[in-house]
Amino acid sequence: MRKPYTGAGAVLTRIQKLLFGMGENDGFIFKAVVYLLLIGIGFIYLYPLLFMLVNSFMSLDDLVNSMVKWIPTELYVENYKKALQVLNFRSTLMQTILVAGAPAIVQTVMSSVIGYGFARFDFPLKRLWFALMIATFIIPPQVTMIPTYLMFKDYQLLGTLKTYIYPAFLGQGLKSALFIMIFYQFFKKLPVVLEEAAQIDGAGYLKMFYRIAVPTAGPAFIIVFLFSFVWYWNESYLAALYFGNTLTILPLELQKFADSYARLFPPGAPGSEINEAVKMAGTMLTIAPLLVVYFLLQRWFVEGVDRSGITGE
Amino acid sequence: MAAIRITNKRRKALVGMAFIAPWIIGFFIFALRPMIYALFLSFQKVKVTPLGIKTEYVGWDNYKYAFVSDATFVEKVLHYLREMALNVPIIVTFSLIIALLINQKIKLRGVFRTIFFLPVIITSGPVINELLSQGVTNIPNIESYGMFAMVKESLSPAVASPILFLFKQIIMVLWFSGVQILIFLAGLQKVDHSLYEAARIDGASPWESFWKLTLPMLKPLVLVNFVYTIVYLSTFALNELIVMIRLNMFDTLTGFGYATAIAWIYFVLIALVLVIWTALLGARKGGTVS
Repeated sequence: MRKPYTGAGAVLTRIQKLLFGMGENDGFIFKAVVYLLLIGIGFIYLYPLLFMLVNSFMSLDDLVNSMVKWIPTELYVENYKKALQVLNFRSTLMQTILVAGAPAIVQTVMSSVIGYGFARFDFPLKRLWFALMIATFIIPPQVTMIPTYLMFKDYQLLGTLKTYIYPAFLGQGLKSALFIMIFYQFFKKLPVVLEEAAQIDGAGYLKMFYRIAVPTAGPAFIIVFLFSFVWYWNESYLAALYFGNTLTILPLELQKFADSYARLFPPGAPGSEINEAVKMAGTMLTIAPLLVVYFLLQRWFVEGVDRSGITGE
Repeated sequence: MAAIRITNKRRKALVGMAFIAPWIIGFFIFALRPMIYALFLSFQKVKVTPLGIKTEYVGWDNYKYAFVSDATFVEKVLHYLREMALNVPIIVTFSLIIALLINQKIKLRGVFRTIFFLPVIITSGPVINELLSQGVTNIPNIESYGMFAMVKESLSPAVASPILFLFKQIIMVLWFSGVQILIFLAGLQKVDHSLYEAARIDGASPWESFWKLTLPMLKPLVLVNFVYTIVYLSTFALNELIVMIRLNMFDTLTGFGYATAIAWIYFVLIALVLVIWTALLGARKGGTVS
């Protein structure tokens, strides 16, 4: 007996055939295989995280004990205590939040403004500007990095957050083109009728933007902000180049982990040897805040995909 | 009446320009000017002195040095090209499969999606570096099951080596596909289900409707993902060529001039890789994935 083909059923069978070639629509076996695949691939994704998490709680005895693989004999928090110290966690975390958060907010706001401009207006040379906007995505930052560095140096902006804020404000931050595209796609789908109605009510263009366009673009704002925040958070190279010694971020401190460790716990002192577990605790601490933000936002993020207009058709 | 319409239109154009004006200004300051300056620097010997930088025109020397004298550059370029040729189609195909899987009506869909978007959060230079150095990006014991030996013996080297390559860095491949999954998933959400029903009635098998309907509809996104993957891999902080540019920047022997020269060569390479992939994808009618 064949089930009638509803939309979802057709998609299921399509994938089923894709996976097995010529399978009959046997719901149960098919589902089992899909779940097996999902769980398998999901495990591969989670494996490094789980491995790090487990190992970061292992004492030296557990690390060398070949009997202990996944479950430490005790919850050994000493690693985290050391890692917190080595990373100078509280101060570094505050700086990282500032370094990632401020440009991310500026970038999100400005990308939405620019994306709105491209989506809702006609103006001279629009296609050229649009093409150039997309082209900026392809230019590797390394080409422009050196002159930009020299320019910031000339204007004595090095060592300040302005080196991040200014490009972000002018739509040239990290992957800004991608964000502008997301907003462009989103605003493109806004019905014209809404704007016309607002115009009849006497709303200006700016008012139309923040009273009509912005409130409907919630998922786009969340996705762009999350991406932007994460990418600024992780951008250790530009941070090292632009901020020098005045500002630091967690990924940079993680890079220097072994050196900082040796300084804090000089060789010869008890417990001075750095081990994998301590480094993993450090790595966990570096990504933990991002994971928290992600899990807080993921509800909108995961479901928002459907409506974010992220695709570039 | 006509006059009012024109001024209205003009007004609208001006407002539109105002909206994108920050971008236009930014483009000249942070994209065009640095690029021109980088081109200029690549023909100079640059010395950084306490008083500022000194440049001395050296013609094509920096470029010649890259290809003739620098022992590692050509090797790294070839390695880069090989990686792009192998990794990019694998990553795009993988993300398509995962997007198809999590687009279904399944239980715990939110949980699975949450897991599969994780890479977007974690893939960064230092963290990935830690993961790599601690060996957690390899699936444990995969080699001890004799799978490698089996693949090696039963297949010709041309087929076997990419497969082995894939297994060796499967976690890396998966970890680089977060955004791509997202893009495909968003595309799949928009596919009109009534089209499949129509195809069904016309007697198309699900297999056929995948190739004839889904894939052509996703084709623009396949291209978007190819471009994204290439750019992402190319500008990834741990990419060998990026590391090389970085090291040369503050090398007293070679310096900024040489660093910008290889950055330019690298840019041209990326552009070429993009053009070739785009041409390959565009040339195939019906849109195959890889």
